[in-house]
Amino acid sequence: MEETKLMEKKVHPLEEYFRKERLPHIWCSGCGLGIAMTSFLYAIKELEIPKEKVAVVSGIGCSGRVAGYVKMDSYHTTHGRPIPFATGLKLAKPDLYVVVFSGDGDIAAIGGNHLIHAARRNMDLTVICVNNFNYGMTGGQFGPTTPLEAITTTTPYGNFEYPFNLPHLAYSSGATFVARWTVLHAYQLRQSIKKALLRKGFNFIEVISPCPTGFGRPNKIGDAIDEMRYYRENSIIRNGIDPKEAELSFRGKIVVGEFVEEERPSFLEIYQKFLKEKGIEK
Amino acid sequence: MKAKILTGTHYMLGDHACAEGAIAAGCRFFAGYPITPSTEIAEWIARRLPLFGGIYIQMEDEIASITALIGASCGGVKSMTATSGPGYSLMVEGIGLAVMLEVPCVIVNVQRGAPSTGLPTLVGQGDVMQARWGSHGDYEIIAISPNSCQEMFDLTIKAFNLSEKYRVPVTILADEAVGHLREKVVIPPQEEIKIINREKPKEKPEEYWPYVPNENLVPPMAIAGEGYYVHMTGLTHDERGYPDITGEAHEKLVRRLIDKIQKNKKDIIEYEEVMIDDAEVVVVSFGITARAALKAIKEARKKGIKAGLFRLITIWPFPEERIAEISKKIEKFVVAEINQGQVRREVERARLNGVPVIGVHKLGGDLITPDEILEGIWKKQN
Amino acid sequence: MEKTNSKGFWRKPLDIDKIEKKRGIVHIDEELCKGCTFCIEFCPGQVLEKRDKLNSKGYHPPYVKYPEKCTGCGFCERVCPEFAIVVEKELVK
Repeated sequence: MEETKLMEKKVHPLEEYFRKERLPHIWCSGCGLGIAMTSFLYAIKELEIPKEKVAVVSGIGCSGRVAGYVKMDSYHTTHGRPIPFATGLKLAKPDLYVVVFSGDGDIAAIGGNHLIHAARRNMDLTVICVNNFNYGMTGGQFGPTTPLEAITTTTPYGNFEYPFNLPHLAYSSGATFVARWTVLHAYQLRQSIKKALLRKGFNFIEVISPCPTGFGRPNKIGDAIDEMRYYRENSIIRNGIDPKEAELSFRGKIVVGEFVEEERPSFLEIYQKFLKEKGIEK
Repeated sequence: MKAKILTGTHYMLGDHACAEGAIAAGCRFFAGYPITPSTEIAEWIARRLPLFGGIYIQMEDEIASITALIGASCGGVKSMTATSGPGYSLMVEGIGLAVMLEVPCVIVNVQRGAPSTGLPTLVGQGDVMQARWGSHGDYEIIAISPNSCQEMFDLTIKAFNLSEKYRVPVTILADEAVGHLREKVVIPPQEEIKIINREKPKEKPEEYWPYVPNENLVPPMAIAGEGYYVHMTGLTHDERGYPDITGEAHEKLVRRLIDKIQKNKKDIIEYEEVMIDDAEVVVVSFGITARAALKAIKEARKKGIKAGLFRLITIWPFPEERIAEISKKIEKFVVAEINQGQVRREVERARLNGVPVIGVHKLGGDLITPDEILEGIWKKQN
Repeated sequence: MEKTNSKGFWRKPLDIDKIEKKRGIVHIDEELCKGCTFCIEFCPGQVLEKRDKLNSKGYHPPYVKYPEKCTGCGFCERVCPEFAIVVEKELVK
């Protein structure tokens, strides 16, 4: 059995897109954030979007650290507020591809109001919400996506609350592109991100990720690899279904896919139409 | 068709003058939420700003408003919001973020009776300390107080200029009385208005670090989309902008954020002195109350008291050195403000030799009259 | 005679002499590896295996156990959270 040349340092195809001097990153062994980030960077690379035209805005949490690792204009803002920040940035520079990269607590709990309003306005943003079912950075507390009966540090007797169905929330608020993938579906995730980047309007992608430290261990799911095997066995791809039907249950099925792809004039389209009609130059 | 500012002489509402001043200063982004008594600013901007190619966006709450401002400013566009006490309370976390990221933006707080919902349609001046200390931690900001509709126009331009020069959020501490007053406002042609823009980086993108300060302790600012690949974070960071969670980095960064304003006080602080040179009693005031104070000192002079007026135009940073200097020659200070003594505390802190400081206070809703200030001038002690 | 190809599932296609086969060379940065084992588990050809030795962080990085089975699909590169794997594709006669 000959070994291939392992020790040769090859240039990673994404090397120009991440800040190599900051590796290795802070995420745990088995965390899916690295995969979510690489899928995003592959999407940028394959679309050949120039790096200077991309801005990444993140909130607070493990997912929020993505901004620090990408080699683009990146903004690590306050908890729950990447979406209004990105709104301001996009309106100031409409030709930028503004991507919000954040976690389930940041986007759906403290940032919930901003999520539904940005979706309502059909603001031209791509929001990648990495859902690991808990608040990882602070040690594994429950959040708005933690399943019923799950154990976390602040639900030691099991969660008494129901979780959100994030695609359903985004769609019913007005998002025009809604998808959910697990990090195991790295290929499909990349394709969805590519689609979202090229679209106008509000694009929402939920990414299910293992969190062995905060969620996997207390709920006896095992290591990250066990969580990933679970995704492999239990995820079903259902493109085009109503997000209301997109089940995501604890120890049950995980429905993934691109659920919604609609066309509706986005905020910038409406505003730019107004400028044109009035003959206003900037 | 290119829109122009309303050059000429007008009989204008204070709030409207402030909004037109913002447009004249180059503001092209406004994210706000309606709140009495600042709603008129939003309405004027919503009507005028799109004609200049700017954007008015009404966000879902004040927290989203301040954050959107910071985002737009990072994209290179001058941005502003207008609110009152309850909204400002929501914005303080965002103001802390603007301080840490060193992003220029202007927040107008048209103060009203407080605390809580208080007196939405009546005057107050009780947010002075909040403008200074509202957010958590140690930091410095600039706060300016206009006392007339003309100053609502002029000082808004000054606020934008200071904000761009020092990369700091600037609060305009107006009050409901000035905001809802109608007076003569003279608006000069755009070419005669002095505008300061943020310093741009001179280096090439590969050599640029976002937080290396110039001689004013202000780093040149790169905006998104120009190839500089800035990373800005609210965490304590080093000069490359990367998080550096150590006491040492924190000392270095926060010290510079404080010194940035403290060491440039001479350039930032502005005040108006009336009949101070031979004064024995000096009235310190700001905003609408300063106008009553001006009448009061003139009346006092008629009655033979050598009174003078020290009107704060910048409230923060506080002009401690000048107060200390004045206190050497006078018999007492009288501080008139529509709050329990927020500026009075500062005067007490800054004055020398234990010179008495008499307070003339009302808590909100009613203006302080010149007679009430005169009474304070007569008073020997509190 | 070999009945199956590297995947072990399919019978040999009839035009196998005409198809260009690709092979992959997997380069692994052992020091970046955090031992999640995603690459090992999810490689379609089961080409990778855990090393016995530890890297300096205390994890067992992978190595290519069956290099001739690697088709260069690149899934290990995509699913690695650490930027530790680079896959080179090569044509094989």
